[in-house]
Amino acid sequence: MRLTAREKVVDYVVLSLFALFAIVPLVGVIFSAVTPSSQNSGGFSLPTKIDLGNFGTAWSEGHFAGYMTSSLIVTLGVVVLTTVLAVLAGFAFARLDFFGSGILFFVMLAGLMLPAEAFIIPLYFNLRSVGLTDTYQSLILPQTAQSLAFAIFWMRNQFRSFPGEIIEAARIDGARDLRVLWQVIVPPSIAPIMTMCVLVAMWTWNEFLMPLVLITSEDRRTAPLGLAFFKGEHLTDYSLLSAAGIIVALPIVVLYFFLQKRFISGMLGGISAK
Amino acid sequence: MTMTARSSETVTTAARTAGAQRPARPGRRRRSKVAYLYVLPAFVVFAAFLGWPFLQTIQYSFYNWDGLSPATWAGFENYLSVFVDPELRGAFGHALVLMVFYAVVPILLALFLTALISRANALRGMGAYRTILFLPQVIASVVVATIWVSIYSQDGLLNETLRLLGLGDLARVWLGDYSFALPAIGFVGTWLNIGLCLVLFLSGVGNIQPELFEAARLDGAGAAREFFAITLPALRGQIAVALTLTVVSALKTFDLVYVTTGGGPGTSTTVPAFEAYNRAFNTGQVGSAAAVAVALTAVIMVVTALISRIQPKDVQ
Repeated sequence: MRLTAREKVVDYVVLSLFALFAIVPLVGVIFSAVTPSSQNSGGFSLPTKIDLGNFGTAWSEGHFAGYMTSSLIVTLGVVVLTTVLAVLAGFAFARLDFFGSGILFFVMLAGLMLPAEAFIIPLYFNLRSVGLTDTYQSLILPQTAQSLAFAIFWMRNQFRSFPGEIIEAARIDGARDLRVLWQVIVPPSIAPIMTMCVLVAMWTWNEFLMPLVLITSEDRRTAPLGLAFFKGEHLTDYSLLSAAGIIVALPIVVLYFFLQKRFISGMLGGISAK
Repeated sequence: MTMTARSSETVTTAARTAGAQRPARPGRRRRSKVAYLYVLPAFVVFAAFLGWPFLQTIQYSFYNWDGLSPATWAGFENYLSVFVDPELRGAFGHALVLMVFYAVVPILLALFLTALISRANALRGMGAYRTILFLPQVIASVVVATIWVSIYSQDGLLNETLRLLGLGDLARVWLGDYSFALPAIGFVGTWLNIGLCLVLFLSGVGNIQPELFEAARLDGAGAAREFFAITLPALRGQIAVALTLTVVSALKTFDLVYVTTGGGPGTSTTVPAFEAYNRAFNTGQVGSAAAVAVALTAVIMVVTALISRIQPKDVQ
């Protein structure tokens, strides 16, 4: 269907206005981050002089090398663990028939609705009593549990739409379940598995409450937690705060620019997924 | 927040699909015992770190406990105080205000825009717009909070703009103002969610058959008529999704409040999630915190269930 010239103009104007609304605060941060601290009052202004030194100062003063490493370890841990567990469970829920599968699936799915506050209080006391607080495991395991609800739901939907004839053919050739899964189903499903991975990576990287409650020593702080502390120490140094904010957000934003279709379809798509 | 409510979007549909489990398919009748081995690892992690602690939260909520000394039985006292304690009532009230900013405003605005530019999805460059509109969703909420703290500061973007427009009298320290701090936080939610809703609705319109619009035009339907007769009904599914996502993110708000205002000034920006955290880990009211968390969970479940009723049944 063709768009008339007038329609196009209206469309572009409206979209540009709202894109501007979305982007102005972000552009402001970039400007602010390259403005020398002494000239920065927190407003929106084109920097007269570009000073990239703020990034270096924020990085070393804020100990972001350590925070970013922690975030990387935790994110990788959660993504790998979630993927393995969700592929296995998703396969069973989609392709195997067993007593109680409906109930089990529903219970784990309900996990999607739980706010973290609904389990983190006892979780903290439980982990403390076995000496696990303030460790990477104390972040990786609960965040894996939290990601599993979505991940299993996602994998089950993908595996259900997988052509049954191919699986039957492999079975007739004598392949057992595990071989069917790893050699027949998983390879062509890499794309949806990747989508799941980037979403889980984003949620884990951006998570704030878990590390806030479960991490006490400075060298295990994740990047968002580190930023919150950094903000407490540099309340009005907007240049440093902006630079630090960009450091924390950048890995996921870069990932987003490369894989934006996966992000958008994944976040909106749990619903419209086949 | 940016964590997008850890995808409660899927819940509405999912609850339905789970209920209407698989009609028996030929060839997969044999019951498998091995299946439990596939589900077991995931279930163990889920149960140990989420399921069981949730049940414990319910248990905690019936006790008075400061986290150190022995707990004492409290019955329904902690739940009662959710209704009578002005601080807790306030927190839930604030969540209601946030819902307006997070859900109602973005959805109505996005619907209006969708009516205006209903066919923009076919536009050249739409991909780039989509990327930008969606961008706020992927930024860590702590970073979003830091950004808006500077926008709302004394000489920040907002006051700067007001002064530029000759409205300097309205300038204030927004997050330190008893009446404006909560709307200021809410507006961040509007900023976060408007792009999400717009992208969602435009893609929904893209799925409507063009013949429907052409037929309506031939019948002489105006833009308004076209919107209410065709676009709006077709978007029911997307509206349900947008509502679930945004309402749940409003109810779950924590990071933004913690980083921007810490609940202040006074208690003017406290929210349930913040109260639960604060009571459990700062003020030694673990039982009360648990009750708040359970109440919040119940509200989220009820709201999600209500929203799923407007989801059209024939999808999927």
